Amino acid sequence: MADIKEERKHPPQQGGRAARMMPGEKARDFKGTILTLFGYLRPYKWQLVLVGLMSLLSTVFAIVSPTVLGMATDIVVKGVMGTGVDYHALLMIILILLGLYLLSWLFGAVQAWVMAVVSQKIIYTLRERMSEKLDRLPLKYFDRVSYGDVQSRMVNDIETINQTLTASITQMITAIITLVGILIMMLRISLIMTLAAMVVIPASMLVIRLVVSKSQGHFKNQQKYLGKVNGHVEEMFSGHDIVKAFNREEISEEQFNEYNDKLYESAWKSQFLSGLMMPLTMVIGNLAYVMVCFLGGYLALNGKVSIGQIQAFIQYVRSFNQPVQQVANIANQLQSTAAAAERIFELLDEEEEEAAYGTDIDPTPITAHVAKDAKPLRGDESLWAAALSYVKNAVKEAVRKDSLKYDFTKDVDGDVAFEHVKFGYVPGEPIVKDFSFEAKAGQRIAIVGPTGAGKTTLVKLLLRYYELDGGRILVDGVDIKGMNRHELRSKFGMVLQETWLSSSTIRENIRYGRTDATDEEVEAAAKAAQVDHFIKTLPGGYDLEINEEATNISAGQKQLLTIARAILANAPILILDEATSSVDTRTERIIQKAMANLMENRTSFIIAHRLSTIRDADHILVLDHGDIVEQGSHEELLARDGFYAKLYNSQFAN
Amino acid sequence: MKTVLSYYKKYIPFMLIVMAALFGQVWCELSLPNYMSDIINNGIVKGDMDHIKSVGTIMILVAILAAACAITGSLFATLTAAKTARKIRSNIFRKVTAFSAAEQDKFSTASLITRSTNDVQMVQQATTMALRMMLFAPLMGIGAVIMALRTSVSLSWTVGLALICVLGLMIFSFFAIFPRFRVMQEKLDRVNLIMKERLSGTLVVRAFMTEAKEEDRFDDANIDLTRLYIFVNKCLAFMLPTMTFIMSGVGLLIIWAGAHLIEADKLMIGDMLAYLQYAMHVIMSFMFVTMIFVMLPRAAVSLKRIGQVLDTKISITDPEDAKAASCGPAYPVEFRNVSFSYPDSEEKVLDDISFTAQPAQTTAIIGGTGSGKSTVIKLITRFFDATEGHVLVGGADVRDLKQKELRSHIGLVPQKGILFSGTIESNLRYGNEDATEEDLIRAAEIAQAMDFINEKPDGLKEEIAQGGTNVSGGQMQRLCIARALVKNPEILVFDDSFSALDFSTDKALRKALRETIGGCTFIIVAQRINTIVDADQIIVLDEGKIAGKGTHEELLATCEIYREIALSQLSEEELGRAAVSGKEVN
Repeated sequence: MADIKEERKHPPQQGGRAARMMPGEKARDFKGTILTLFGYLRPYKWQLVLVGLMSLLSTVFAIVSPTVLGMATDIVVKGVMGTGVDYHALLMIILILLGLYLLSWLFGAVQAWVMAVVSQKIIYTLRERMSEKLDRLPLKYFDRVSYGDVQSRMVNDIETINQTLTASITQMITAIITLVGILIMMLRISLIMTLAAMVVIPASMLVIRLVVSKSQGHFKNQQKYLGKVNGHVEEMFSGHDIVKAFNREEISEEQFNEYNDKLYESAWKSQFLSGLMMPLTMVIGNLAYVMVCFLGGYLALNGKVSIGQIQAFIQYVRSFNQPVQQVANIANQLQSTAAAAERIFELLDEEEEEAAYGTDIDPTPITAHVAKDAKPLRGDESLWAAALSYVKNAVKEAVRKDSLKYDFTKDVDGDVAFEHVKFGYVPGEPIVKDFSFEAKAGQRIAIVGPTGAGKTTLVKLLLRYYELDGGRILVDGVDIKGMNRHELRSKFGMVLQETWLSSSTIRENIRYGRTDATDEEVEAAAKAAQVDHFIKTLPGGYDLEINEEATNISAGQKQLLTIARAILANAPILILDEATSSVDTRTERIIQKAMANLMENRTSFIIAHRLSTIRDADHILVLDHGDIVEQGSHEELLARDGFYAKLYNSQFAN
Repeated sequence: MKTVLSYYKKYIPFMLIVMAALFGQVWCELSLPNYMSDIINNGIVKGDMDHIKSVGTIMILVAILAAACAITGSLFATLTAAKTARKIRSNIFRKVTAFSAAEQDKFSTASLITRSTNDVQMVQQATTMALRMMLFAPLMGIGAVIMALRTSVSLSWTVGLALICVLGLMIFSFFAIFPRFRVMQEKLDRVNLIMKERLSGTLVVRAFMTEAKEEDRFDDANIDLTRLYIFVNKCLAFMLPTMTFIMSGVGLLIIWAGAHLIEADKLMIGDMLAYLQYAMHVIMSFMFVTMIFVMLPRAAVSLKRIGQVLDTKISITDPEDAKAASCGPAYPVEFRNVSFSYPDSEEKVLDDISFTAQPAQTTAIIGGTGSGKSTVIKLITRFFDATEGHVLVGGADVRDLKQKELRSHIGLVPQKGILFSGTIESNLRYGNEDATEEDLIRAAEIAQAMDFINEKPDGLKEEIAQGGTNVSGGQMQRLCIARALVKNPEILVFDDSFSALDFSTDKALRKALRETIGGCTFIIVAQRINTIVDADQIIVLDEGKIAGKGTHEELLATCEIYREIALSQLSEEELGRAAVSGKEVN
């Protein structure tokens, strides 16, 4: 309800959003999905018409040529039997054939060439849309769908569609034309021979079907046991020390051998059965071949067909199998493509975060801009995307300008207030029931609680990763709902427990805090984070590439880099996670010092693990099961003798 | 690599059968055009229907024989490939299981996994292909050339010309396309990597508002990849029709040249048609051979990687049966002037360490990262061997004990929680299959794990996913502790096993342990001072050397490094209180 009301207040947003959320857009079935996918082809309709025409012509020429070739043979045969070869006619035919081949080659190549460009452009667009979608998905989407799932859509499903677009579409056209064309050509030569071939070919299809269906089960088993073997290997190799320490080597090997044996069984059976396909089609092809020779010989004796026609017919029979198999393959391919496309469109149709700009911004100038700027945007015609992109650029521009003065946030003091905040991850199951609290600029707020108490929930609400179910959060007296997300988030610096770094240079990673910072500023931030010296000892220094798993620097160093990143961001409010369990004592002390530097003159929310931090905090929020159960200063809370006192004392007293 | 190839020796008879079968298949295939030529020359041209009938029957038989040969060849080729793959796989697994930490470190775990799965799969595929294609294509090619030459020498220039064209095309693709396939994979990996990072860094990206930057980074990679894809696909778009063109063109040449030969009575009409088919066989075989040359290097790389694993010498081995010592009845752990350095490394990780951990006592080891704490534990469990000095367990040098014997007395709790797929129960029983349910519950209670186990819908029977991903870090550690307790060992070794526990659980657990494990030799490595304040003996390690040995109070008074560590975690006042309360627990 709340959403609808809000939209009514802002008609300019409504069009874009409502259009995106129309139920008809969501394809849940094969037909709908394929149609949506074809929608992506629409911008290239002229190219596609060209492709269709080219493959049609190319195929027709390819089909006609065996007959013409047969005519050439007949001229030679006539020459042998009678008055000598008519070289003039032969040359004519050969030249015609050469022309046909050349045209077939040209059209085939042009067709594939155009298709290569079109399909890759579509794949590019799909990838780009998914990538942009990532920025607009609300975080609660990831509560429902795992990263692995999203990743698989962006990697595997895209790849499936890529293959289909590149090869299958034109293959489908050619295969069908070829089938029809060959049939016509064969009928033109001889009805009886065609009938004979038609008996052999379906029979062969039947045999192949049988073999395929038999091997399918083994293939499934092979996949299954391959998975089991891989899983077991992964598990045992990762837990190597434990396997040895508990003397489980033999048992683990027994288990492995069991899977390995089953894998072997299914592997050779499936391989063998699928290996049967080729010789079986071959023998059937050969049977047809012999039959044609036989029948053809008989008919030729009666003068009903010529030798050249027999030769052409043989070629047709040989090339009949391929398109039949192709059509069967493509049918399967289309099924899996539809499934892949459905998953992709599902993601693209996913509901997006609420508008990035808030209620207190006058929407008129934005729409005006959108009208002007809408055209050059990357093919996304919706008003909504245009507006979003405009805001993005405007913020970027603002950041760029303000940063020259280095006080992008000068209007912020860092006051934060929660007023009767209500929130739950699942609708109807509130976790935070009624929470009010006020932090004055420059204060340190410790968030404490046992493991799994939901300490990061508050952080997620503050940064507006999730929307509140009730109440409001004020930053410097302004409701965060009224700020655009970028404005809000620019006021926060973050150092999280999970030290995420991107695979670029160390310099780029620190610069992540403020993308336009100079090298000097980056190094100054590193110095403040106590990590400058360490960076300089690395090979390449600031330009060292951090590799994929960031194995070339230690956990403690990673944490220091994230601190440098936050220092560079120079935000008035800080969110810190103190957990540094994987770090040794000395590094930990360095980190503490870096964090102290960072917290100076800033309002900080600290997910605290260290008692000294907790005791020195101006205010402590105590969480249990997601809700704030107590708050106050260290002394106040101890005096209350409640949950906090219990937590604190469990360390020292009985 | 030799080791791997030796696995194939056993299957030489199989391979001989494959060869014979392929030979038969080639012979049959190649004789078919000959028969057709016979039908045309002697049947159709001469009008002899009986001849057509008899030759036709032979053709059918030959076709069936060809199929039979192909099937036999395929059967034995797949059997050889699957059997060797099974053997390689199980040998790698056995080998890696026997690896000591030194060998494990040499390869990464991820690399070992790839080697025993993907690489073996690759080798299996390559074997099948090699046995079928690699023999078949050259045989077919050579056979077809011979047949073609036998049919007509004067036409051979046509096939030669076609081969030169095909060769040119192949060379073009070898240099223009194939190298780009590798680059394409790299670019695809890059796109996927950026995508993956974006996903895992969603929180950070949004907090720092760097969506646009990430978008640009992704777009660059995406454009890069798209360009390459388009280039490669354009090349293929040109390649395939060209191939068809060459094949058709050679047909025209043969007919044109053949017509002249027929006119001059040097060639029969049927032979010309047979020649057409031989020519196609030659060109196709040639293409297959080229394809094999593309595939083989990849398989060779896999073979080499597998060979590296199988040829690795295992550095830690059991003593011979006769010489094996026994240990007990008491199980102290003693380090006597132990030094350790990694192979190929000058620097000592541990330098002249001596201490004794007595039964019924708690010995704690504390120190920074790189101080050698975890190495001490790896020496006790003999994942490594000391470079100098002796490690004695239960009075015997660990090198004189059978590894099984040694480890049967030790209950290890690893630093990183490691559980295996199965149920909570199967994990707890890991060290002791005969444990009763009461044993399991008692151990879980000591490990403070019973509360959350009871909260699970299936209790002890609750499923554990691979890697233990469905339990939290703290729960995992508690289950690992319970697992070690179920084993009921004489020596308990905890490698920084409390790090994911909150303070109150940590404390309750230590208290319960104190009360129950009584006579055990208890060795604990820790980062947190309050985990170890109550230990009977604390050993402070600093850069591989012992910097102090004693109780908490003694060390506070005498050991500077210990004081430093302690003060970084607790205030002066808390230190005092912690020490007092620590003693109270005793």
